[in-house]
Amino acid sequence: MNIHEYQAKDILSTYDVPVPRGRVAVTAEQVERKAKMMGGHCVVKAQIYAGGRGKAGGIQVAHHPEQAREIAKEMFAKRMVTPQTGPEGLKVRRILVEEQIEVGREYYVSIALDRESSRYCLIASAEGGVDIEEVAEHSPEKIHKLLIDPYTGLRSYQARKIALAIGLKGAVAEDCVQFMLNLYRCCIEKDCSQVEINPMVVTKSDWLLALDAKIIFDDNAVFRHWEYHEMQDFSQMDPLEISAAKFDLAYIKLGGDIGCMVNGAGLAMATLDVLKESGGEPANFLDVGGGATQEKVAEAFRIILQDTDVKAIFVNIFGGIMRCDVIANGIIEAAGDSGCTLPIVVRMDGSKVEEGKKLLAESGLNVQTADFLGEGAQLIVAMLKEAEAAEEAE
Amino acid sequence: MSILIDAKSKVIVQGITGRTGLFHARECKAYGTNIVGGVTPGKGGIHVDGIPVFDTMEEAVRVTGGNVSMIFVPPPGAADAILEACEAQVDLVVCITEGVPVTDMVMARQVVADSKTLLVGPNCPGLITPGVCKVGIMPGYIHKPGKIGVVSRSGTLTYEAVKQLTDAGLGQSTCVGIGGDPIIGMKFIDVLQKFNEDPDTEGVLLIGEIGGTAEEEAAAWIKKHMRKPVAAFIAGLTAPPGRRMGHAGAIISGGKGRAEDKIAALNDGGVIVATSPTGMGQAMQKALEQA
Repeated sequence: MNIHEYQAKDILSTYDVPVPRGRVAVTAEQVERKAKMMGGHCVVKAQIYAGGRGKAGGIQVAHHPEQAREIAKEMFAKRMVTPQTGPEGLKVRRILVEEQIEVGREYYVSIALDRESSRYCLIASAEGGVDIEEVAEHSPEKIHKLLIDPYTGLRSYQARKIALAIGLKGAVAEDCVQFMLNLYRCCIEKDCSQVEINPMVVTKSDWLLALDAKIIFDDNAVFRHWEYHEMQDFSQMDPLEISAAKFDLAYIKLGGDIGCMVNGAGLAMATLDVLKESGGEPANFLDVGGGATQEKVAEAFRIILQDTDVKAIFVNIFGGIMRCDVIANGIIEAAGDSGCTLPIVVRMDGSKVEEGKKLLAESGLNVQTADFLGEGAQLIVAMLKEAEAAEEAE
Repeated sequence: MSILIDAKSKVIVQGITGRTGLFHARECKAYGTNIVGGVTPGKGGIHVDGIPVFDTMEEAVRVTGGNVSMIFVPPPGAADAILEACEAQVDLVVCITEGVPVTDMVMARQVVADSKTLLVGPNCPGLITPGVCKVGIMPGYIHKPGKIGVVSRSGTLTYEAVKQLTDAGLGQSTCVGIGGDPIIGMKFIDVLQKFNEDPDTEGVLLIGEIGGTAEEEAAAWIKKHMRKPVAAFIAGLTAPPGRRMGHAGAIISGGKGRAEDKIAALNDGGVIVATSPTGMGQAMQKALEQA
């Protein structure tokens, strides 16, 4: 789960991680007020759920409050497109107004999960403020890593080695040790899958600060942090993804025209692969869960139908233990309610396959069934083409 | 023969009185698995379907002699259940639960790694030795006893793969779903090692997906140590980067975890990789023929 920079900084400051003074605003007028509060000179930062803001004009220096207001007006008015947002970009609904920092040097510090060792890992580099993945690719020797033992946690002496390795000295190095220990404590206590400070800066007057901050919460741990739900900014998410999440469905919009509903994430990915191979373009990834129920199937179907790009639907359910008649009823319920006339192919396996097929055949929907995955994918692509040809003929 | 579970396995179900736990305990029992007990704190002393229920794993193991645990405990208590099973010194813990917090698993995995207990999962379908013993939620009827070992990060995609194998006349020695989370117990290499040593496994089908580098690590290991033919499929060739594709671990991030890289690594390791999910059975056949 993503949160905004200002929220990450709020959390970090409760862990005694130093951050610049800042205030969040939701209108250009508020931005002007907050800029006055900062003394006029300030940094105006668009809050979006994506990186790469700097180059997209999402971080700008204002020399007086009126200028801050003008910058904010512009940011609020358009969608911000960065390499991480996709071509449609993201709306800016919140702006962080921050004091301007006299930066001496920039560094990179993060705590992330290292899957190979199954541990958290402290990562630091003297190359800060740039894309760390590029640093990792071109000069991996500039990246320092430390795997953290879950029993002992991160210890001061370990953090000190890293602080010295990235070139810090004396009191600033000791500040950095505290900085890293606090980051780790935050990461564990707040159940983060990543805490990234890029850049961490040493100011011209030798103070250590988190100039930017990114926190990703572990979705699996949200149940023990009820406040996280309130922190979500729904303006940053696809509306269909929001409604899918309410029903505990994993949905991702992809941009093609064949809606997909599959049970299980691996099979769902494989289904997209096979559709593409058959010449189709999947409209979405949708996992209804390994053991889908009638309600979930119906809800998933409704979500697919809300996507106006969808021109055909492919359902692939390998239930096994699940009953196919139950799944068929879910599809009929949702498709029937909405008067759906789109071509549908259902491939299902499990108990009561014949009953399920019979229900679908008698439903009056534009539906065909398939026994095999490849067969089903080819069938839906063919039905879609046929439907398109018929439309053109009209 | 088989790996990890066989006719002698005595299984204890943690979370047996929950809806899912009870359903699958029954399914496993019906398949022929020797379910000797269950654990639900606060419900010790009762019986469900003739299976005795205990308050703690320690007592369950002491009384029943169970050596395998299957966990259906909901996410908040799942890591605790793993640790309890580990302390009770069972040989194998299979955690089916989906949604266990990462911080819990980082700790639990370390405890398991320092013990004699093996962990499969979490967020996995479990494992099955066809015709003999099922410790998981997979549909038994698609499996057929035979000589192919299956190891996979996925659930339903594994069912698809197994069905293709069975349809192609290739039975399975043991099928292991290692789980779709970033932090899991046994990884590909741990299971491959077991298959390598199992005299009755003649070939292995490996099913991976985007995210992490476990497939690349497995490919390097196969190249060096594997004495049996391996076929593979990697799901997610068309997945967009930066998005979590259902499984917590299925995400391409920072240029790592792409399907292309995994396929290239496996090819380099001498593995026959199916380019389409419809060709998993054929890929296995081809790998066996070439061996």
